[in-house]
Amino acid sequence: MNFELSDEQTLLAETIKRFVATHYNFDTRAKIMASPGGFSTDVWAAIAEMGLLGLPFAEVHGGFGGSTVDVMLVMEAIGEGLLVEPYLATVGLGGRFIARAGSKAQQERILPALIEGKHTLAFAHTEPGARYDLRQVGLKARRQGEGWVLDGDKAMVLHGGSADTLVVSARTAGGDTDAAGITLFLVSRTAPSVTVKESRTIDNLRTADIRFSGVRVGPDALLGREGEGYPLIEEVVDYATALVCAEAVGAIRYANEATLEYLKTRRQFGVPIGSFQALQHRMVEMMISYEQARSMAYLACVKIDSAEAAERRHVISAAKIKIADACRHVSQESVQLHGGMGMTEELKVSHTFRRLTMLAQTFGDAEHHLERFAATDTVSHG
Amino acid sequence: MDLNYSPEETAFRDDARGWLDQNLPADLRDKVLNYKELAKDDLERWHKILAKKGWVAPDWPTEWGGTGWNVVQRYIFEEECGYAGTPPLVAFGLRMCAPVLLRFGTDAQKQRFLPKIYGGEEFWCQGYSEPGSGSDLASLKTRAARENGHYVVTGQKIWTTLAHYADWIFCLVRTDAKTDKRQDGISFLLIDMKTPGITVRPIYLMDGGHEVNEVFFDEVKVPAENLVHEEGKGWTVAKYLLGHERMGTGRIGVSKRELVRLKEVAAAARKDGKSLLDDPRFRDRLSRVEVELMALEITNLRFLDQLRRGNKPPGAEVSLLKIKGTEIQQSLTELMMQAAGPFAQAFRPVETDPGFDRFTAALAPRYCNLRKATIYAGSNEIQRNIISKLTLGL
Repeated sequence: MNFELSDEQTLLAETIKRFVATHYNFDTRAKIMASPGGFSTDVWAAIAEMGLLGLPFAEVHGGFGGSTVDVMLVMEAIGEGLLVEPYLATVGLGGRFIARAGSKAQQERILPALIEGKHTLAFAHTEPGARYDLRQVGLKARRQGEGWVLDGDKAMVLHGGSADTLVVSARTAGGDTDAAGITLFLVSRTAPSVTVKESRTIDNLRTADIRFSGVRVGPDALLGREGEGYPLIEEVVDYATALVCAEAVGAIRYANEATLEYLKTRRQFGVPIGSFQALQHRMVEMMISYEQARSMAYLACVKIDSAEAAERRHVISAAKIKIADACRHVSQESVQLHGGMGMTEELKVSHTFRRLTMLAQTFGDAEHHLERFAATDTVSHG
Repeated sequence: MDLNYSPEETAFRDDARGWLDQNLPADLRDKVLNYKELAKDDLERWHKILAKKGWVAPDWPTEWGGTGWNVVQRYIFEEECGYAGTPPLVAFGLRMCAPVLLRFGTDAQKQRFLPKIYGGEEFWCQGYSEPGSGSDLASLKTRAARENGHYVVTGQKIWTTLAHYADWIFCLVRTDAKTDKRQDGISFLLIDMKTPGITVRPIYLMDGGHEVNEVFFDEVKVPAENLVHEEGKGWTVAKYLLGHERMGTGRIGVSKRELVRLKEVAAAARKDGKSLLDDPRFRDRLSRVEVELMALEITNLRFLDQLRRGNKPPGAEVSLLKIKGTEIQQSLTELMMQAAGPFAQAFRPVETDPGFDRFTAALAPRYCNLRKATIYAGSNEIQRNIISKLTLGL
């Protein structure tokens, strides 16, 4: 048992933190959010330059073969700085799919380019009405000749409007909510008959509703094995959920630091408002939420690399329950303790509030994971 | 970063678990698991078993009987004890008086008291709170006047846990009422409970049990050599003790055992023909407590890891272990009572009554009793004050 970061990890964490501090201040971020693409290609290039895109991928593709704890450090910094770049979509979802299930040719085509910052990905999976049920896939793929034809709709695809390649889940057998019969495909976003309608999320990320109207793909588009996509989807989403937990921890840390600073500097009745016990105890509860959330994010990221599937599901859901509760608690309290200022567009706290609100839901809210946590319980003592 | 135990740590745990399995008397385990009252003899018997093994005071220096275990090993052992269902080790001697003597005591005091604490030959209690001094401890009024090589102690302590078992009491007393800072006139005294002038009166709590007492001192003569540290420096000793006792108040091993038991009870309880454990409204409450406990275990290990590496001693934020740990304990007793449903309403029912058993009958009293956890050892509100001041700088 050991919580120490290695020298390399400490250096990594410091490097990202410094980058975010110097190149991603509030005004820079506002400009980036307002830009047509919704994220900065310069920042993306810098992230690639720092080696962050290659962190979890094999050295043979130009990566570093790092652990999930390495990526966790990046995600914490992304959360703290509220970065809007598609790191989760590209590294945490798309890249993970390809690293786990891609053919040699697929890996060689995409991973080196991804790592260099020249290829982004998105996971086109959620469909209208599916909520957080990963099995619900109605988009149809039918064989045609050597390849396939895809028909159907995907909704709320994170960074789907800018991704070079979409990882698309499709139904090749069974009913719309069966675990069996789901197949994954790699589809170019600019392929004919792919229609993308981009929108902005409340926390200033970009999502897309994507329509596939008779989209033809070749046999080389198949990712993994036909009809066996579900376990892979569950595994990759669990991985991405662990990363989201880490991102939330970073954002919570910022919200707490900003709120604490505000309590010490904002004066009313002739004294700093932090001298009032009513506020002190609320701040303490926010700090406790942070420490507990951080512990669960650590557990999630460590277990992703070491646990069997059954334990992984249970631990990831446990982590997401705690993170979702902490996101809601800290975001709401940080706004309340900032008073009217916490409501304003011009304060980062209101942006952190929105990101935390979304992170609480991403890949399932607390209620979704409470259900899964109970379903995956095996009463045992370590 | 590696949250799994190392092979050495796992071997240590297996050894501890195996030894506990062999050496924890079945009748004691049964009493603990079924919430039966532990008599003084039960507590002493377990203390002596551990003392004989050499494991009763792991954190003491080895020359006084400590095991030389690191903080993680100590945690593992404590967790295994909690999980196995051992009687608690009463903290007043082993974990409160002893660390104080080790830090501030004279050689004579150490020689006189430590071996008997270790062996369980002398039972200690703690004389801190007074009727007018609860959270505001420094306002205490029990006075000790120095006369001819003695202190003469007069006053009253309250909430004195297990004073009715105790051979000795360590007390905070006021030796000087005229200091500018009221903390400065306080001294730390060791008092023999058999001294004339001491009266112990029981306080019965709402669960019907007798744990705490009032202790009255009427011109009690205490030899001056029983002063620990300097006269007027008792507050320094008290603060040291608070810092020392805060780690390990999470009782995670015990809560893990209670959680497993709760699931068993809930799984057996029926609601609408199904297991209560499968009732989403009940299950969600249980799961949230379970997740808090999982998180607290990691948080606790993180703090221990910092301690072990020594580069950043945990600050006042370890008060959160007390806050969260006690909240979890209380939630578990509440859910346990809820799981028993109407049967939990019976107060010490006749054992032959159908539908009642001793375990179920203990649930409501236990729920009542555990309300103490967020009040004692510095109420959770005081813990929040500590974090606010010392960690957050508010």
